[in-house]
Amino acid sequence: MASKAKKLLMDPFSDNNPITVQVLGICSALAVTVKVDTAIVMTLALTSVVSLSNVVISLLRNVIPNGIRMIVEMAVIASLVIIADQLLRAFLFDISKQLSVFVGLIITNCIVMGRAEAFALQNPPKDSFLDGLGNGLGYGIILIAVASIREFLGFGTWYGFKILPENYMGNGLALLAPGAFIILGLLIWLQRTISKYVEE
Amino acid sequence: MREDAKTLTFAAIVCVSCSLLLSGTAAGLKSRQQANEAFDVQRNIVKAFGEFKDGMTRPEIEALYSKCVKQDENCELPLYLWTNESEEKPAKYAFPIEGKGLWGDVYGYISLEADLQTIAGISFYKHQETPGLGAEIEKVWFQEQFKGDTLYADGKAVDFRIVKSGGGSDPHAVDGISGATLTGKGVQAFLREDAKAYETYFNTVRGK
Repeated sequence: MASKAKKLLMDPFSDNNPITVQVLGICSALAVTVKVDTAIVMTLALTSVVSLSNVVISLLRNVIPNGIRMIVEMAVIASLVIIADQLLRAFLFDISKQLSVFVGLIITNCIVMGRAEAFALQNPPKDSFLDGLGNGLGYGIILIAVASIREFLGFGTWYGFKILPENYMGNGLALLAPGAFIILGLLIWLQRTISKYVEE
Repeated sequence: MREDAKTLTFAAIVCVSCSLLLSGTAAGLKSRQQANEAFDVQRNIVKAFGEFKDGMTRPEIEALYSKCVKQDENCELPLYLWTNESEEKPAKYAFPIEGKGLWGDVYGYISLEADLQTIAGISFYKHQETPGLGAEIEKVWFQEQFKGDTLYADGKAVDFRIVKSGGGSDPHAVDGISGATLTGKGVQAFLREDAKAYETYFNTVRGK
């Protein structure tokens, strides 16, 4: 059991990473990775949504009528996302301003729905929770990696701390979507080289 | 048929519980969120007045705001007055500016010195411009340029310009941002328009 739990939690970090292996959730990986602090908050928001939605769907898995299965999943996910958004606006106002619409867009993040469909519907709540936690954090680690590179190149800072001298000009490309695509592509390459993953 | 009834009941239960949960959350957090938004406006007015210092905490800003900032009730448009301690006449005036940038509406405040001509400060607090390009309007280097320039001359709003270069020596212009020409054009247009809207009222104040 312990090794199964570990596998559920750790697999999404490397061999089955939602971003670098499954290439899901790219939209937000581009949008909220200009700075590390927004990436961290986004990670926390997505991780709580995906683990809780997995638990709820898993608890309901034997009673959900098959015909409206996906709609019920959407209702659960949407409700959790709205709650997360409301909490951010109440307690982390400045960061919620920067994340703007992207917290709401967690609803459409394929990782959340994907885990509900692929895992929570067939597995008990505890495993589903671990699966959600692992996938959320596996997504987050890539988000934070991309954000670290972009913030460093773009502003010369990391998490707001000055690393490069004041007169560093900042690389505009790193701050724009194309920069994020390039960095993300390099990370996917790196990940797949390490884990020897080959697209079938 | 029984299967359908089961499905409908389940759907109804899901809908009701989700909506109850959401309305509960929204109602519970509303006052906190509104307080945050009100504070955000106050902070930006303080910034526009050029009185914001790095590292100022929320209670400090709120205290400063309630001590020094008042709304001018004689003006039909929103106008904020900054009154220094132990003085009666306002030392600075600020009004909201807003209009289209490149991707969406840009919101901010601009403040004038007591002569109602010289710009004392500007701030932008809400926009959807591109980070690193148009979003530079929220940076200190861009906003600092406005200080000391004049927005009115001879009782009229000037055609304030955001230019490619040479804004430093021109009292009615500031340097724009490379790669953000359209954001600059937008800011220039609504700045002129909003300045015009206050022309008449400022003339009556100057006349007093």
